[in-house]
Amino acid sequence: MLKILKYSFKDIFRSKWLLIYFGFFFVSTWFLLYFTNDPSKGLVSLLNIILMLIPLMAIVFSTIYFYNAREFTELLLAQPIRRHTIFTGQYLGLSLSMATSFFLGSGIPFLFFGVQNSDSSGSLINMLLMGVLLSFVFSALAFAISIYNENRIKGFGLAILVWLVMAIVYDGIFIYLMVRFSDYPLEKLAIALSLLNPIDLARINILLQLDISALMGYTGAIFNKFFGTAMGMAISVIAMLFWTIIPLFFYLRKAGRKDF
Amino acid sequence: MIVKRLITAFLLALVWSASLSAQQSLSVCPDCPLKTLSEGIAAASPFDTIYLQKGTYYENDVDINKPLVIIGVGFPVIDGREQGEILTITSDSVLLTGVEVRNVGTSYIRDQAGIYLKQVKDVSVIGNRLINTFFGIYLEYSQHVLIKDNYIAGQARDELNSANAIHLWKCHKVHITGNYATGHRDGIYMEFVDSSLVENNESTRNLRYGLHFMFSNDDKYFDNRFAENGVGVAVMYSDRIEMTGNDFTHNWSPVSYGLLLKEIRYSKIWHNRFLKNTTAIYMENTIESDVFENDFISNGWGVKIMGNCEEVVFHSNNFKGNSFDVSTNAKQNYNKFNHNYWSAYTGYDLDHDGTGDIPFRPVKLFGYLVEQVPTSIILLRSPFMELLNHAENVMPVITPETLKDESPKMKPIIW
Repeated sequence: MLKILKYSFKDIFRSKWLLIYFGFFFVSTWFLLYFTNDPSKGLVSLLNIILMLIPLMAIVFSTIYFYNAREFTELLLAQPIRRHTIFTGQYLGLSLSMATSFFLGSGIPFLFFGVQNSDSSGSLINMLLMGVLLSFVFSALAFAISIYNENRIKGFGLAILVWLVMAIVYDGIFIYLMVRFSDYPLEKLAIALSLLNPIDLARINILLQLDISALMGYTGAIFNKFFGTAMGMAISVIAMLFWTIIPLFFYLRKAGRKDF
Repeated sequence: MIVKRLITAFLLALVWSASLSAQQSLSVCPDCPLKTLSEGIAAASPFDTIYLQKGTYYENDVDINKPLVIIGVGFPVIDGREQGEILTITSDSVLLTGVEVRNVGTSYIRDQAGIYLKQVKDVSVIGNRLINTFFGIYLEYSQHVLIKDNYIAGQARDELNSANAIHLWKCHKVHITGNYATGHRDGIYMEFVDSSLVENNESTRNLRYGLHFMFSNDDKYFDNRFAENGVGVAVMYSDRIEMTGNDFTHNWSPVSYGLLLKEIRYSKIWHNRFLKNTTAIYMENTIESDVFENDFISNGWGVKIMGNCEEVVFHSNNFKGNSFDVSTNAKQNYNKFNHNYWSAYTGYDLDHDGTGDIPFRPVKLFGYLVEQVPTSIILLRSPFMELLNHAENVMPVITPETLKDESPKMKPIIW
């Protein structure tokens, strides 16, 4: 499996896409820090980029990669290697390389601007962790979608749709429920709803680490009690991992039976 | 100004009267014939000067019942050993300076204070230190009093077991200046206090309010600094208050405000700086007041203005980098916003007259939703909410249509 991981890792790094991805994060983080001159403000501005672009890039890039690597996959399948090994290796190769380029692209500028000496280093690590987890989640979703759809156009459309729902439509439903049922105590519902969407989960987690959390008042206090503790942190990381494992499970199950 | 002049007049009168009478001076020290301040006061005749020499005096309930000048030499300490009140001033025309008062002790029945002024006139309390006093300086039914350059530090842990650093009850023409108050429930508390001036004080890390007005009219507070209190300043049920040149900094927690206004009329808020408060100004039932030439920088909410406010005029203020510039819970608006600078303004200025050509709507849809459904703050910075804000901005259907700045400035206002 390591060998396959290495091959797909190398293959991806050879393509320019990943370099552009890395460069994008590097440049935008650099500029944000350069203009705000304050790591904690830079973090807040980076938040929207992370929440919108990591899921989009991860899902689009993974879908493209999966369809393009089909011939290579078929070649591998002819070899005496277990199917699980091949597909897990491919997934890990892709998601790891995406996560690494984000991690380095955003992390290095912060080091240059001296985040390790400021008190926002904890929130930076938290933010990078959330970005990495989001990369894993959306690559897994993309792989699962692609393997269920032979038709590239259909698969691609579905992937974009999933992104759109999670990044934007979901919050619309969320706010609708909040307003519609505003007469009831909604805190538990809100926690449940945010656990069900990895993007919301990442956003809340990052916000609670920044001092902007004071804006959240009473509700924020409840959320802080849930997400701010070590237990809550563990729960949100586990929820993110579930969001990776479940699509991955379907992907591997289909891959095990699929007639190529 | 009037207060200042009166104080000067009073001091002059003091000097004059002292030179007229055959004025004596007495010295109190641990080794002198007069060993305690109480003995010194008993031995003195009116208008004498008592020099309290350096040392520690263990005394309670010292009653200053004659017009005296009491001067501490090298900060003598009067320690109450947590057994109740220390100095009580019951005579007019007293000057108390250079004394350190400590350890009053908590009481739930009596308002125990380090320095207690009861129904007096023309008293000055200048340059004293009060450490761990329950109430620091307590004034009741007093007028023409000067409280100046005192350092008052308490050790308050929660609101129930603590009291105020400077507490005024039914007073008139009091001048509070240059004091430092920390570690109490309220830094300065004024109830039924009229025509008084609070200036150049610093009130930090108090549990509840830095400065608190209740039922007080015609007061002014200038150039004070309020940082890291529960709420910077609370002004309630008062008319004609002038608030000028104050700093409201970092009153930052889920329940904090820089300035809290409730039932206020005919007041002026001018040249203040609000930096990093959760809510810079919270207004409830505020009528016919002016807010002009203030800076609102990096606050959570710049102004929270409730639906029962009327005829409040905001003009020439700078709103920079607040998460929400203005939010309200009402669909109607009876207040005016003119000529302010908004860093969130995205309009243009074709004729280059320094004023934007399209109006700015400072109330965001999301801010409005949060007022209605507090739980929805969980969607703070959600991309979907940003989209909704844009849509609402173009075509307001939910936020108050008239709450807008018709003439937003393109550049920050320098005042």
